[in-house]
Amino acid sequence: MMRTVSAAETAPTTHPWAVHAEGLRVRAGRHLAVDGLDLALGTGVHGLLGPNGAGKTTLMRALATVVKPADGRLTLLGQPVDGRADLRRVRRALGYLPQQFGFYPRFTVREFVEYLAWLKEMPKTAIPGAVQRAIDRVGLTAKADARMKTLSGGMLRRAGIAQAIVNDPAVLLLDEPTVGLDPEQRLDFRTLLRELGADSCVLVSTHLVEDVVVACTDVVLISEGRLVHQGTPDTLIAQGGQSDAGDSPAERGYSALLRRHRAEAGR
Amino acid sequence: MNNHPNLGVLARYADGGPGLDEAAVWSVEVHLETCADCRARLAGSTPDSIPALLDRVAVELDRGIAAGPSPVRVRRPWSAVHRRWFAWALLPWLVMTVATLGCALLLQRMTPGLPPLVLLLAPLAPLPGVAVAWSRRTDPAWELIAGTPAAGLTMLLRRTAAVLAVVVPVLALAGAGTGTSAALMLLPCLACTAAVVALGGRIGVRNAAIGVAAVWASAVVLPTVVTTNLSVVLLPGSVPAWALATVALVAFAATRADDYRRLSSRR
Repeated sequence: MMRTVSAAETAPTTHPWAVHAEGLRVRAGRHLAVDGLDLALGTGVHGLLGPNGAGKTTLMRALATVVKPADGRLTLLGQPVDGRADLRRVRRALGYLPQQFGFYPRFTVREFVEYLAWLKEMPKTAIPGAVQRAIDRVGLTAKADARMKTLSGGMLRRAGIAQAIVNDPAVLLLDEPTVGLDPEQRLDFRTLLRELGADSCVLVSTHLVEDVVVACTDVVLISEGRLVHQGTPDTLIAQGGQSDAGDSPAERGYSALLRRHRAEAGR
Repeated sequence: MNNHPNLGVLARYADGGPGLDEAAVWSVEVHLETCADCRARLAGSTPDSIPALLDRVAVELDRGIAAGPSPVRVRRPWSAVHRRWFAWALLPWLVMTVATLGCALLLQRMTPGLPPLVLLLAPLAPLPGVAVAWSRRTDPAWELIAGTPAAGLTMLLRRTAAVLAVVVPVLALAGAGTGTSAALMLLPCLACTAAVVALGGRIGVRNAAIGVAAVWASAVVLPTVVTTNLSVVLLPGSVPAWALATVALVAFAATRADDYRRLSSRR
């Protein structure tokens, strides 16, 4: 299903990076979850890897402008979002799927995506078409008018992805989007990711290293709130040797990087 | 193009372009896009088979439309969904408020020796509803909504207006039932609501509601009950002071829009 592209969308961008963080510090409660992170993300699919407690969810929340950073500079699409800035323009071009995806059980999928599209201040005439397109892209056309409390976990996750992509965001943040998806749906999701990464900046946080290696153009590895490695999946694979823990080259590279980072931090 | 194509060229174009090369067809098309006169001449010089074909297509389409399912009436998405979720979350609190006010009214009518309970409880009536309107615990999709451009003071005010729309008529009825002036009932109520909205951006709407209720209880309700003398702020002569306070608090709350733009990491 096609959609019309406005002239503003095809205009060239004047910002070098879609997401640019310098020395970012974000608190989660009292704990400083993101501690001096430098990150620059352009167009493409970026996979965010890291052990539990590394600050991935907090980083996603800060990039989605849900939480204000405690320190450092954060620029989204050329606009600074850390101070007392007007966030509405940036938020119209954002899409976010949180890890704990809360939904209203009595809504149908279509009503939920329409409500979120309205909250994202899309033009009212464009909302029904955009909602249908988003639902078709995630493969929920048959369940579009079912109540959300009747959906399985994987379908709920896909409904969450649909609301994140309904406004065709320039920066798309997906926190664990493949939780609950069966292998066939994961393949469909990888296709969707490649399609989305063609002209927007997508950041996918996931624990599945294989998904990252196959579908992502760039891998970002963070640990304890700091950046450990950023590069293509091949550079991740090149870091690992036969002696490292893991069943696949990517997992070996991942554990090698973490081992080296922890050794340096301990020193 | 300044020169219009002659009728012969137009007739050949309408016929499918025999004898016209591609460049000629393109130039005719570009000219037709802007020139209404030539379009009218094209309509006049089409061979008879074309209108017959269009008529056949129209008949088939009408038959298909009549045989298929009728279009579903689309309700306006935002009004429907607001009614659904927020109404259900708010209903218990509103029922509790109305029941409490009803009991206070009955008690006041039946035992004239008591201090005016309805007047004392009136400012606290909308506070539970406002606390529920902007609370992480009652809104399951809080994280999603916090990252949208429409989130902020406007959304809280819309929900507060929904709460007041129920509470204010009940208070007016209760005031008519006990014979106190409507201004004396409603102005402290509006002033307390404005105070909660003004403070809620800094300390959390739930904490602000609890704080305002505690201040009212300790400063006005407790002395009135203990000394059985109506507190000076509830005398009929204090209505102009309340009006001034309400206007000042509403103006102050309107300037607090910045606080609602983002969540702090603690709430």
